Amino acid sequence: MVKAQITPGAYYDSVSLMIISNAVKKLEGVTEALVGMGTDLNRELNRNNPNLNSPEVEKTTPNDFFVAANVRDEEVWKAVLAKVDEKLNEKKEDAASNYYPATLEGALKIQPDTNMAVISVPGKGGHAYNVAKNCLMHHINVMLFSDNVSIEEEHELKTEAVKRGLLVMGPDCGTAIVNHVPLAFANVVHPGNIGMVCASGTGTQEVSSIIDQLGGGVSQVLGTGGRDLKKDIGGIMFKHCLEALIADPETKVIVLVSKPPYPLVQTEVLKMAKEGKKPTVVCFIGGDPVEIKSMGLIPAVSLEDAARKAVALSKGEEVKTFDGFDASPAEIDAIVNEATKNLAPTQKYMRALYTGGTLCDESMKYLLPTCKRIFSNIPLQDNDKLENKDVSREHTALDFGDDEFTVGRPHPMIDPSLRAERVLKEANDETCAVILVDCVIGYGSHEDPAADLSDAIKKGKEDAKKAGRDVIVVASVCGTEGDPQCLSKTQEKLRNAGAIVMPTNAQACRLVKKIIEKIG
Amino acid sequence: MAITKEEINAANAEVLKIILSAKPTLVGMGTAGEDIPGMTPTTILHSGPPVDWEHMSGPQKGAVIGALMYEGLAKDDKEAEALAASGKITFDPCHHHFAVGPMAGIVSYHMPVFIVENKEYGNKAFCTFNEGLGKVLRFGAYQPEVIDRLKWLEKELYPIVKEALSITGEIDLKAMIAEVLQMGDDGHNRNKAGTSLLFRKLAPAIVQTHFTEEQKVKALKFIDSNDHFFLNLTMPACKCTMDATFCDVNPKTKGSTIVATMARNGYEFGIRVAGLGQKKWFTGPAEIVDGLYFPGFTAADANPDVGDSCITETTGIGGFCMGAAPAIVQFVGGTPEDALNYSRQMYEITEGEGTTYKIPALNFRGSATGIDIRKVIKTQIRPVINTGVAAKKPGVGQVGAGIVHPPMKCFEDALKDFKATYLE
Amino acid sequence: MENRVNVLFTKQIKIVNFGIQSFYNDNKKQGVPSVHVDWKPVAGGNKELESILDDIL
Repeated sequence: MVKAQITPGAYYDSVSLMIISNAVKKLEGVTEALVGMGTDLNRELNRNNPNLNSPEVEKTTPNDFFVAANVRDEEVWKAVLAKVDEKLNEKKEDAASNYYPATLEGALKIQPDTNMAVISVPGKGGHAYNVAKNCLMHHINVMLFSDNVSIEEEHELKTEAVKRGLLVMGPDCGTAIVNHVPLAFANVVHPGNIGMVCASGTGTQEVSSIIDQLGGGVSQVLGTGGRDLKKDIGGIMFKHCLEALIADPETKVIVLVSKPPYPLVQTEVLKMAKEGKKPTVVCFIGGDPVEIKSMGLIPAVSLEDAARKAVALSKGEEVKTFDGFDASPAEIDAIVNEATKNLAPTQKYMRALYTGGTLCDESMKYLLPTCKRIFSNIPLQDNDKLENKDVSREHTALDFGDDEFTVGRPHPMIDPSLRAERVLKEANDETCAVILVDCVIGYGSHEDPAADLSDAIKKGKEDAKKAGRDVIVVASVCGTEGDPQCLSKTQEKLRNAGAIVMPTNAQACRLVKKIIEKIG
Repeated sequence: MAITKEEINAANAEVLKIILSAKPTLVGMGTAGEDIPGMTPTTILHSGPPVDWEHMSGPQKGAVIGALMYEGLAKDDKEAEALAASGKITFDPCHHHFAVGPMAGIVSYHMPVFIVENKEYGNKAFCTFNEGLGKVLRFGAYQPEVIDRLKWLEKELYPIVKEALSITGEIDLKAMIAEVLQMGDDGHNRNKAGTSLLFRKLAPAIVQTHFTEEQKVKALKFIDSNDHFFLNLTMPACKCTMDATFCDVNPKTKGSTIVATMARNGYEFGIRVAGLGQKKWFTGPAEIVDGLYFPGFTAADANPDVGDSCITETTGIGGFCMGAAPAIVQFVGGTPEDALNYSRQMYEITEGEGTTYKIPALNFRGSATGIDIRKVIKTQIRPVINTGVAAKKPGVGQVGAGIVHPPMKCFEDALKDFKATYLE
Repeated sequence: MENRVNVLFTKQIKIVNFGIQSFYNDNKKQGVPSVHVDWKPVAGGNKELESILDDIL
């Protein structure tokens, strides 16, 4: 049936009415609809449309607003009028006022005094290199999160940067805090007098977060990417950054974090630190402390230890090595006894499932003497390479941020679902006794990385219980109270799911060591 | 010797200077036969790059049929079609004759044309009257009413407007276009403000002409009823602006990578580049317009993109000034902010910014001007064009409006040709 | 010679972000001046065109 409603003297612009016509036509039970002013054109459209041809519309004048439709029944007609009313009165939301230019040149027109580029475009095909190079040419410092940048490209970028007095933090650098602005994956750390140069991502986050937790603060946290201290790059950027921290009046204490550097490069870096005459804590994870000590610098035994020593120095307190627990030995023993009491005899092994690469590395180095072999996608010993990354073997440690796991998907700190699934899988493995996990919060990370993880822990523990055993989950959260996700809230979420939450990754590793020793 | 980047940049700077210093001025009216160079009684000009009868799109074929009947060269559509296919008619792009035409863009011998002169460089451009909406020649209609209207334009409106223009004197179109951008027009697909301003200029003069009251009233009503009347003046204004940039006209622009023409014939989109000369078209298949279709029509009814009107975007108005005409963005379901972003994006592919054509909502920033094929290829951002949509069936008329882009192939081919011309 | 990185330490950080958009969103949330670039490979990854551009742009 054809229905029409005429409203004399109402005016609406033709474009709005066309949009409304189209919306009305989509309603269930409407075969044809025309909403408009009674213009010659519209009357003709009405007349020539066999499904419409409403005599009322034929009589309209250009000052009449009309709604005409061929509808199934009165109900549908009511719906049509309601829709028209809704559309005429709807308030459109303001569009986001953001314009995203296509090029650096376009961006500089909007923000001419840009001084820092954060680059995470693909490294393959020279894309990240090209973007970074262009930024340097415009005197813009670079933080290069991209991986797959070649050694040659890295060397060229860094040489150019040093020539121009600029930073190239990366490639594969995820963390920096420059002038108290967290870049990419970084935590909200109080301002202070500790300056850091780091060739590691989550290691940097762990140290800077613990500094914050201990009441210290940072002046600058500069990243260099993991390859900077290797032979090919020769520490170009690490030294450039260290030099700046030595000259920086805000920086009173310096912390250096890296995997053990190439020997000659290590000597150069340590020499520079020594000559800088600022108290310097060196954390070359798993490295030999002898040369560090010989230069009068302070070696750290763990990321946590580096943070503790730096804070002590910054506060003028006595510097002590920390290799234990916040909790008392008795408390720790009680935790271990309680945790292991319902394990089945088949449960022998540890499964360390990490989203943070450096944290994974730290765990493996700490636990290897206890475990003897740790199978991994990033093994410490060549023979311990995991044949299939999806199938654990005996003691296994996995870095979910490594290439094998990130092909075609975001970094696990952005999308933690894959790791959470693995937690559940390991919990259902009757040989697995303890699962060791990290949970990295802060800017850049998932808005609530503990959500998926705690669900998996809960479900995993239930599954194990149904199978007549238990599974231990030991977790640590890397982050600060000031982070958007909040350290204590994240810890609580994991604790409520049944995890034993340790204050730091180092302490989590120590607890796992005790558990393995106990069940071994 | 291969050309250097500096030489290219200098040539492009020269092109921008020519665009910005142009002074398009409406100097009077004439007829295609008498005023457009190279016209013969059997010449039919069409929009877009060269195309033969066989490949012409529906609206263009319909308009050719109508024009042949209007010219008295055929008595009905059958005869007109046979004549068009016979090879006795010379088809040529408007652009090869200093002319432009919206949609089908058909210009034939007896049609009256506006004469617009670029006072800075002395070159002229021509464009017919805009016939209004609905059943009109430029959408391929050729019913008796269409032919009758064309006859009326020739016999009545033309002498009236011609006489009126002799009373008003020359009209500075650059100033007028600058003004309409402050009044919600984009200079291409919204021409309400432009038509109103022109009407204010013409009306007092038309009243003073020697024609009868009835004739004058009819003329005034016709102009007043057609929102797009002014489009047929912005187009030749832009045309004579851009024609001065070709390197075969001005050797200083040799090596320029700036686009001097964008045009479509409903079959292909074509561009020409200032530094590659007037003879070279770089073409690709015309696309279907993304937009809002009038009640009763869908994209399936649409002819591929057609018309010379995107000479406006080539000059930095039209889609490039969408931010000045937020009403237009509704055609693509967008918001005023989207309109601004379309305009903002165009700065990334252009040589510079306008000094006269400005966008109020961007703090009166000059519009993005001078499309650089290098930047289009680099950024993969294609020029944005505001446009009406013609039905593919001849004579149905406009079925919608929206935005469209040139195919990337035009720019890719132009870049390759630039390499062959200047680097090898 | 003075290390110019020390000059950076005295300036307000103003960021241009290429790639992962959430990094930009985080900057914005903290009120750090930032522009996000809608980055695409040069010439859409077409090597022939890219090499021509190298010579003329």
